[in-house]
Amino acid sequence: MRTIAEFAIQYEQVLDASGALVGTLPAFAQDTAELVRMYRMMTLARMMDAKAVNLQRTGKLGTYASCLGHEATHVGVGAAMDPADVLAPVYREYGTQLWRGVTMREILLYWGGDERGSDFAGPRHDFAWCVPIATQTMHAAGAAMAFRLRGEKRCALAYIGDGGTSEGAFYEALNLAGVRQLPVVFVIVNNGWAISLPLSQQTAARTLAQKGIAAGVPGIQVDGNDAIAVRKVVAEALATARSGGGPALIEALTYRLSDHTTADDASRYRGAEEVRQAWALEPLVRLRNYLSGLGAWDAAAEQALHDEGTRQVDAAVADYLATPRQSTDAMFDTLFAATPPHLAAQRAMARRYAASGSGH
Amino acid sequence: MTQSAAKLTMIEAITMAHAWEMQADPSVIVLGQDVGANGGVFRATAGLQQRFGSDRVQDTPLAEAMIAGMSVGMAAQGLKPVAEIQFMGFIYPAIDQIVNHMSRMRYRTRGRLHCAVVMRMPHGGGIHAPEHHSESMEAMLCHIPGIRVVCPSSPARAYGLLLAAIRDPDPVMFLEPVRLYRAMRQDVVDDGVALPLDRCFTLRSGSDVTLVTWGAMTLETLRAMAELDKEGISAEVIDVATLSPIDMTTILASVARTGRLVIVHEAARNAGLGAEIAASVAEHGLYDLRAPIQRVTGYDTIMPLMRLEYEYIPNVRRIVDAVHQTFAD
Repeated sequence: MRTIAEFAIQYEQVLDASGALVGTLPAFAQDTAELVRMYRMMTLARMMDAKAVNLQRTGKLGTYASCLGHEATHVGVGAAMDPADVLAPVYREYGTQLWRGVTMREILLYWGGDERGSDFAGPRHDFAWCVPIATQTMHAAGAAMAFRLRGEKRCALAYIGDGGTSEGAFYEALNLAGVRQLPVVFVIVNNGWAISLPLSQQTAARTLAQKGIAAGVPGIQVDGNDAIAVRKVVAEALATARSGGGPALIEALTYRLSDHTTADDASRYRGAEEVRQAWALEPLVRLRNYLSGLGAWDAAAEQALHDEGTRQVDAAVADYLATPRQSTDAMFDTLFAATPPHLAAQRAMARRYAASGSGH
Repeated sequence: MTQSAAKLTMIEAITMAHAWEMQADPSVIVLGQDVGANGGVFRATAGLQQRFGSDRVQDTPLAEAMIAGMSVGMAAQGLKPVAEIQFMGFIYPAIDQIVNHMSRMRYRTRGRLHCAVVMRMPHGGGIHAPEHHSESMEAMLCHIPGIRVVCPSSPARAYGLLLAAIRDPDPVMFLEPVRLYRAMRQDVVDDGVALPLDRCFTLRSGSDVTLVTWGAMTLETLRAMAELDKEGISAEVIDVATLSPIDMTTILASVARTGRLVIVHEAARNAGLGAEIAASVAEHGLYDLRAPIQRVTGYDTIMPLMRLEYEYIPNVRRIVDAVHQTFAD
């Protein structure tokens, strides 16, 4: 017997948990202002997130999926993408979306039970949140096919969670991307937990990045709490895909510091010690330390950012809370391009019952 | 053996039925996402893994097609899988396995192999859940030959019908109305006694109109019945319970007495189960009807997110109005 193929999975890290430089600084990271921009967005995402959880706890928001702990991955990906690229998110990648132009108000509207939250002011071409697990990976492959067929230098990027990699849809999308060499990048946010299932019970694979190998898609693992490293590997993958070099699979290692959603209680299945240890690796501190070491950040800047963040979040919350409920017509008006007669009749009926105040 | 009645919610009654049958029948295996350590996202399987171990209460990887397909394999080799699909809106990847294998294993092997599988899933809306978490797609399942579709409407019926579903030698889709999970407490005796499948339950007898419903809509329908009582209209309320195959005998006998039929369901109207019931009454009971059949249903649109959820879900006013229609000249 002889070896006919061998594979390896590379791991990328630029900053360690303390913020010390342990890898090669990519070109974009030479520009300190750009790193400050990323740090600011990571902080804003965390501030919005904390507020959203509070809104849910006080009955002003529906069930909400927190992004706590994922900020480096989310902002790193957002910063690596071009505005013309297409994002196929899951449902908690707010840092990416905020970077790309989705507003806090839209995020709150969606989780507050209002479909207008998915009608992003920008970017208009991005996909909406995707609750059915892994299905969005195929949409990204399809979007990439559209770009290929039209000869556009655009890429699609799909997120997926560690749990989602068990779904058939993920493998099908990966296979398609590989065999057609589509300009698509898949980013697995491996936060260790699929609701209550730890990764050790999800897969026997040593890494999730290696799941690309069987599909002929190169896989790489990155420290998902290191925003610089994430941006670096995603930007490289997108550049390759954009130039016709084919797809990539990136596994970002991070940790879900929150419950799965506000409807979940992770203390039922996960030890406090594990969470405490994960906090030592969280993403904001290391980038802040790094920037401080460069003299690009200090306590005054941090305070100013928090003041500004509070203003932004409070304004978004006020705007969200002041947004009147849609009329019942909204249930019907965007189902088809042109509303068929039977729906028009039902629309009229819903209006009558809304007007008579017989709703809940 | 516990015989004393306890005031239970539907979710507690479901847990209790699982425990009874797992104790009684070692071939019963519970599987699904988050059913073990977490006890299910609604707590339907709370405590079962601690009691019966992780071989009999298995947390599966996140893959619905796999859950259904694995259940087919286990059942064909003699186990009795009771699988949880986390929400009905996530059953679609499993449909291939249900339609092409689970439902027809017995048929295509002429009885050599069969699938005694229960697939449980939260059904319907009303609890302000996120997108895709409030679906009522029972008609889609009822269209599949070879499977039963069951939907309880009270803690006691959930207990008795789930026991019956697990003991049934054929596949059962067990739809659990999320709005009823914790809406009421009821005396439920943990006696291991199953309720009959393929039977309607007449919740109250009446003489003027037959109200046919199931799941969470039984609550609204019973409230409408109380309103109608005040008007002197005596409504008979039937909980269909087994949605496929439907016990048309009970419904037709009721219509023969009342002469009026109103069908209430949360699911969309178009090709909904109300159409099947109405067609059967038209075929077999047309001359008993004193007025056209009325349907009170969800609209033919997507179940809205929570701000408009209760504009979609049928309510007492709509049911009462439909009953009045059956009295209009």
